[in-house]
This record gives sequence, C-alpha cells and structure tokens, in this order.
Amino acid sequence: MKDIILKINGLTGGYNDEAIVKNISLDINKGDFFGIIGPNGSGKTTFLRLISRVLVPQKGNIELEAVDINKINLKNFCQRVAFVSQDTVVNFSFTVWEIVLMGRIPHLKRMQLETEKDFLAAKAALSMTDTLHLKDKKIDELSSGERQRVFIAKALAQQPDILLLDEPTSHLDIGHQIQVLDLLIKSNKEKNLTIIMILHDLNLASAYCNRIALLNTGSIFKQGLVEDVLTYQNIEAVYKTVVVVNRNPISKKPYVLLVPGER
Amino acid sequence: MKNNLKKSFIILVIVLFLAIVLAIIKGAVNIPLAKFLLDENQAIFQLRLFRIMAALVLGSGLAVSGIVLQAILKNSLAEPYLLGTSSGAGLGAVIAIVLGISRVYLPLSAFLGAILSVILVYSLARQSNKINQQSLILSGVIVSVAFSAIIVFLVSMSGNEALHGIVWWLWGSLQVYDIKLLFIVAAVVLAGIISIYIFSQDLNAISIGEEEAMHLGIEIEKIKTILIVITSLITASLVCICGIIGFVGLMIPHMMRLVVGPNHKILIPFTCLAAGIFMVICDVIARSVMPPLEIPIGVITAILGAPTFIVLLKRSQRVK
Repeated sequence: MKDIILKINGLTGGYNDEAIVKNISLDINKGDFFGIIGPNGSGKTTFLRLISRVLVPQKGNIELEAVDINKINLKNFCQRVAFVSQDTVVNFSFTVWEIVLMGRIPHLKRMQLETEKDFLAAKAALSMTDTLHLKDKKIDELSSGERQRVFIAKALAQQPDILLLDEPTSHLDIGHQIQVLDLLIKSNKEKNLTIIMILHDLNLASAYCNRIALLNTGSIFKQGLVEDVLTYQNIEAVYKTVVVVNRNPISKKPYVLLVPGER
Repeated sequence: MKNNLKKSFIILVIVLFLAIVLAIIKGAVNIPLAKFLLDENQAIFQLRLFRIMAALVLGSGLAVSGIVLQAILKNSLAEPYLLGTSSGAGLGAVIAIVLGISRVYLPLSAFLGAILSVILVYSLARQSNKINQQSLILSGVIVSVAFSAIIVFLVSMSGNEALHGIVWWLWGSLQVYDIKLLFIVAAVVLAGIISIYIFSQDLNAISIGEEEAMHLGIEIEKIKTILIVITSLITASLVCICGIIGFVGLMIPHMMRLVVGPNHKILIPFTCLAAGIFMVICDVIARSVMPPLEIPIGVITAILGAPTFIVLLKRSQRVK
C-alpha cells in the first residue's frame, strides 16, 4: 500500500468559464514518476496549471496529503511543490547563482537574508544538475540545454516534495533530453521526489515513468502502469494514427513505432 | 565580486559628494565655498541646497519607478510616465488654469490628474482581476495620446496667458517654488523607495516571469498592484513639482543594470545614487551654460545621457 501524496477529485477547470479539463480524478503516490501524455489540445498543460495553482478549479479539488491545495498558504504550498516550464527566456542578465538562489524564496521571509542552509541547498541543486561550473555565468549566455538544467536546479533548490514539469525536454536534442531525464530519475530515486511531468515523446514517457495518464479532450482516456496505457489500441484511438507497439530490447518497456501513410 | 561592489558604491558616494559641492558653488554666479559664510550669500546657498535636494529626490524617485515598471512589464523600455502620469498631470494643470483656479492649487490638480489617469489606465488594462502586461502598455499609450490631444486642444482654444506657464510642465524644471511642497514630495518619494526596496526579492522573481514568481510563492497580482500604486504616487508627486523630465527613469536603471547586474537588492541603492549624481550634474549644467538663461533640464538629461548610454551599451556588447 503506497502513500497517496496528491489526490485529484473530479477536477474541472480552464480559462474564464470554459472547461478544458473535465472531471479528472487521479491519485499520485509518493515517489511516483508520473507521466501525462495526450495529443495537442487534450488539456495536459491546463491540468498541470491547475495542480500548480496558476489556475483555480471550477469544480472538484486537489488534495495535498488530504488538504485542499487552494486552502494552503501560497508560500507554504511552494515550499512543497516546484514547477519547471517548457522553456524560460529571461530578459535580464541574472547570474546562474542568483537564479538558483531564487528557489529559496518560498523558504525566506521578505527581506530575510539567505543563510548557510540556503546556500547549501542551492549548491547541492547545482551539483545535482551538473551546472556548478556555470555558477557565475549569466543566464542569457547559456545554451537552451544548460538553461533548462539551471531552471531544474532552481526548482530543486526549493527542496520540494513534488516537482511538476511541463515538457521540460521539448526544446532539447536527444543527448540533452536523456541528460535531463536521467537527473530527474536520480532525484526521484535518491530523494524520493515525486515527479509529475508532461511529455510529448511517448517513448521517453515509457522509458522513465512508472505510471502514466493518457488524456483526450480534457478527460483521462486511460491511466495506470506504462504497459497498460501504451498499447496500440489506446494510442490509435486517441492520436488517430496507426502505430505498432513493440518492446525496447534492453529495458523491455513498450516502444511505440510510427507507421507513416496508414490511416 | 562583493568587494568590487563595495568599492563602486564608495566611489559613487564620493562622486555624489563632489557633485553636490559643485552644485553649491556653480551657477549663474560662481561663488567659492568660503564666501558662503557671508550673510549676503545665505539666500543663494539655501536656494541651491533646495535645488540639490529636488535633483536627488527627482532622480532617485524616477529611476526607482523606472526599475519597478521595467521589472513588472519585463521590458527595459518601460519608463515611469508609461502609465499616463505625465499627460494626466499636464491635463490636470491645464484644466486648473482654464478654470482660473488659484496657482497655489496647481500642483494639487496636477497630482489628481496624474492619479486619475493611472486609475484609468489600470482599469482599462484589468481583465478578470488580472493585469496583462501588453494591455497595460497599450492602455498607457492610448490614455497618454488622448490626454495630450485634450491638452493641445485646450491650450489652442484658450487665449489665457497663464497657459504659457504650462510649458515648463512639458519640459521640466528644478526651480523650487514651494519649499513645503518639496519636503512633502521628498517624504513621499523616500517612503516609496523604501517600500519598493522591501519588495526587491519579489521584483527579482517577477522579472524572470510572472508564473515563475507564482511558483515561488509570490502573490503576483497583489504585489503588482501594490507596486503600481507606489510608483504612481512617486511619479505623480514628482510631476507636480518638477514637471516631466525624460530619460532618467528609462536610462539610469538600464545603465546600472549593465554595471551591477539586475539583482534589485543591489540595483536599487546603486541606481538611487547614480540618478542623484546625474540629476545634480545636469542641473549644474542647465544653470551655468548660458547665464542668466536656464536651459530646460530635460534637454540636458537627453544630451548627456544618450552618449553615456551608448558607450556603456557598446562596451557590454564587446564583453559578450
């Protein structure tokens, strides 16, 4: 029996009065590496924005260890839940160190100076993401792969229990994709960090996630273990594309092959 | 790095001190420092001190307001008058003159005009309890254009002599007409800068992105509203004593960002000092180039500021 860290009950939400996410119920366990997949416009990002409190639910709620997240003080919430977006372009030349140290804001009072504890957390996050050597560089001088790692370091410096990521690898080449996902799985394993991540690439989702939710038109089409969700029947029904699902010869995880021209 | 900052800070303080001394002795007539001990020069001494005070208050107030709006709008081209304070103040003043209200109330009506135009811009930009950056910039521009048109209309329709006095509103001046008012404005600006400084960590987070700031636990809409109110109070009070002085609020923050970086904890004090120095020197030049005539200070800020800025910009490009 696993501990449920996040319980989503009949969640409906979106922009203005329009509901984009409809009646989603889902349990996330402590230590999950949870993938959210689905076609464009299926409500993945809206769903994640509801969890991260950028949006307020129209119906239903989300409970963090049995407390409705919208009833938690925002600062306390951010001590426990951190967020990494697809790509963060910064217009001002902060140094990498300054950016990562901002991850400590939820733990500090206004005008309170950082202490040794905060510096240690920031440094640990930098080494974890292999960006310690970039410490004094300016954020707008980095490559997109380096920048993404720095923003993950910022989120890790928050020392959250849950890390939310919205397609963190979509602008990266395969080498950097694996690098970022490997560092996430490392924090997941070593620190028991719960990860909820949107991924476009079904094979990356298969390789890294232990559980997956497949969204379609704002609702959950199928959720569960990777093997149960990533079947050709499910994928063809939702993505309207013919695929063959094989097994990765090394990891034995499902592997999705595209079949061009067949409909 | 830290030591470097300390050094630059001390240098700036020394430069500011020298600039103040310069501003005391230079002017339409040059008076050596020792002569200020004479009774006959006391009045000039006081007058110049008040001008220096006005320059410091104006410079730091405008520059810090510029910093705040640039961070909130994530746009380094934002300037303190963006929210319509300048045209609002101008309209307030023109209406007061047209209605024949006593000159004593001119600053008050300018202040009210500025505040009203900010409220108008703010409510135009507000959508379902959120302030969108684009709409804020656009509404600012629209309100400014509309108000300026009304000002020109009123000025051209009226034969009122007093309206010529309005010109200084549009060009700016550090002439101190009312010492009590100067002290009130100084108090408002000082309180404003201190409260903004308290939010410097929030400003850092906001300048990397609004959603990023939310994910760091910052109640973004609330903080934005507070900051907009503070900067509007600062610029509105400044406009009613000094008129509209361009360039300072736009360029000094930008220059200091190139020198000390965008971290607001450091940027705000450095910018206050630099803007103070800049305004004091500009005022010295405005007073002493063509005595007894005084060049509008806005002209000096632009002529002096633009090349300095270009040099700094080029140097930072070379470093990259």
